[in-house]
Amino acid sequence: MNTSWQNNRAARDARIAAGAGLARGKIVEARDATRLLEAVIRPGDRVCLEGDNQKQADLLSRALLAVDLSRVNDLHMVQSGVVLPEHLDLFDRGVAKRLDYAYSGPQSARIARMLFGGKIELGAVHTYLELFARYFIDLTPQVALIAAVSADRDGNLYTGPNTEDTPTVVEATAFKDGVVIAQVNEIVETVSRVDIPGDRVHFIVKSDKPFFVEPLFTRDPAAITEGQILTAMLAIKGIYAPYGVQRLNHGIGFSTAAIELLLPTFGERLGLKGKIATHFALNPHPALIPAIESGWVRQIHSFGSEVGMDDYIRARPDVYFTGPDGSLRSNRAFCQTAGLYACDMFIGSTLQIDLQGNSSTVTASRIAGFGGAPNMGADARGRRHPSGPWLKAGAEGDPGGAALLRRGRKLVVQIGETFGDKNVPLFVERLDAIELAEKLELELAPVMIYGDDVTHIVTEEGIANLLLCRTASEREQAIRGVAGYTDVGRRRDHGMVAHLRERGVIRRPEDLGINPLDADRNLLAARSIKDLVRWSGGLYAPPSKFRNW
Amino acid sequence: MEDLRFQHRVRAPAGGTRQSAIVGVVASGNLEVLVERVLPDAECAVDIKTAAVGFGEVWTAVIGDFVERYSPGGLRFSINDGGARPDTVSLRLAQAVRLIAENGQ
Repeated sequence: MNTSWQNNRAARDARIAAGAGLARGKIVEARDATRLLEAVIRPGDRVCLEGDNQKQADLLSRALLAVDLSRVNDLHMVQSGVVLPEHLDLFDRGVAKRLDYAYSGPQSARIARMLFGGKIELGAVHTYLELFARYFIDLTPQVALIAAVSADRDGNLYTGPNTEDTPTVVEATAFKDGVVIAQVNEIVETVSRVDIPGDRVHFIVKSDKPFFVEPLFTRDPAAITEGQILTAMLAIKGIYAPYGVQRLNHGIGFSTAAIELLLPTFGERLGLKGKIATHFALNPHPALIPAIESGWVRQIHSFGSEVGMDDYIRARPDVYFTGPDGSLRSNRAFCQTAGLYACDMFIGSTLQIDLQGNSSTVTASRIAGFGGAPNMGADARGRRHPSGPWLKAGAEGDPGGAALLRRGRKLVVQIGETFGDKNVPLFVERLDAIELAEKLELELAPVMIYGDDVTHIVTEEGIANLLLCRTASEREQAIRGVAGYTDVGRRRDHGMVAHLRERGVIRRPEDLGINPLDADRNLLAARSIKDLVRWSGGLYAPPSKFRNW
Repeated sequence: MEDLRFQHRVRAPAGGTRQSAIVGVVASGNLEVLVERVLPDAECAVDIKTAAVGFGEVWTAVIGDFVERYSPGGLRFSINDGGARPDTVSLRLAQAVRLIAENGQ
């Protein structure tokens, strides 16, 4: 029997000793990065290659891709984002074999091809919070390759506004005898704030250029359509107002950007300021600037940051979470938890909704992963604190239940136009996710939000309140009844839909006193990126791809 | 390209005195609607030139609902469609009726 009890610690010390020959103190030159990884990583290791939503350990990705395959191979990658081409090149080359991940936005087509081709052995596709949870139970990394803005010689790290997943990854790795290697943009005498204490960081590689960050949450107001404005008006007047939703999370689509831009105009006219949309779990969306400047928003906690928002955030610490250095402190794990437990509503878009209300962003050829939406868009069964919207939704879903024993419900709202890009219908009889699951022989179809969590669907045709549906067929007809001219919508039972409308299960624009002809772009508080810059007093600095002046 | 034509009998003439109006633009995902007050009061016609082929059934439903809702008697609509979504079509048609219902030329 092995009585040492310290095998993992001994293994970690051996890895660190093997890498130490390449380091001065903790610092390794960029040209030695691959040799460092060859020294520290063992075949079959679980490796977290920090691929967040925004911040990417790109230098370490390239270094890992270049390893000698006789020394490093068959790795099990456990990372939230599969975002860079190198993340998948690792599997093509045989450096890595198995994958557990959460999100693969830009690589969604290639990852699907590689899964079909057997190049990747898939563990599972997770939500962020779920993967983070597994870091502490059965997917603990032996090596974490992370990214930060700067480091001092002791290894203290400053992550800047995009702290994102780093504290979670480091916590799981460093405290379970793993090795943490950080790429940084610069090495400084003193970091401007300590996001990761130095005793959790074993090696630092100075990158020749800043790590890659992508603007993911910038929606150009110029691209918002009248249809999106109409759905936004319906949501504000038909859901935000009657439930009094103050604590919420928004998705990243154009419909919710339209809502953000209608708060200071349409929302103000309805007298809703201070009554709705005051506290957010949300990335720093530029589209929210006019509402913030108009005094609508009291507080925002963020998963990550957004390119161009740094100076604006620094100047608005009453609204955002900031560090002693003045810049944003984001944290994906905490913000996901906040969205799950402390928000009364999630509202976001999707690509497909079926007749039970299940939704998915998977199409036959793309696997985008889940990211955070399922945590935002799910009722938290462990929630125990009451709030107005939560209790009202619970009562609508179970009017006969005893008030003191009845669970509340989170409002989970799917918003979108009945036809998406290239006239592809939002509503389908059968999700493409099912076909994909059959082809890949998965045990579960990748459903983004389960129908039994969805409380409302909003389209330009109206709002379906699924809480008020009492049978599966009512639910189906409520969904068909807002599905517009899609095949699903045209196959509605007109009598039943009319009856559901009488009961208020379906509400049309005219039932809410909204004239579709008023859905005009002039209602938007900002109609261009330049308008957003103006609202921010020049503090918002949009990236060049969003500038046309 | 596909050409479609719909003719409907309607309950009542459109309001206003304006003789013609144009709304929208011909662009991808958008459409232009020219409306003219040139038909007898109980008739309505919609001529469509569309870039998207094979959506006849959807057009039938969209135009049918529109005519039922607005009773645009006396009006002929000429649509140049760049593959607009049905909800955009409904909106532009409603905008055209609103514009021609104004008084004047």
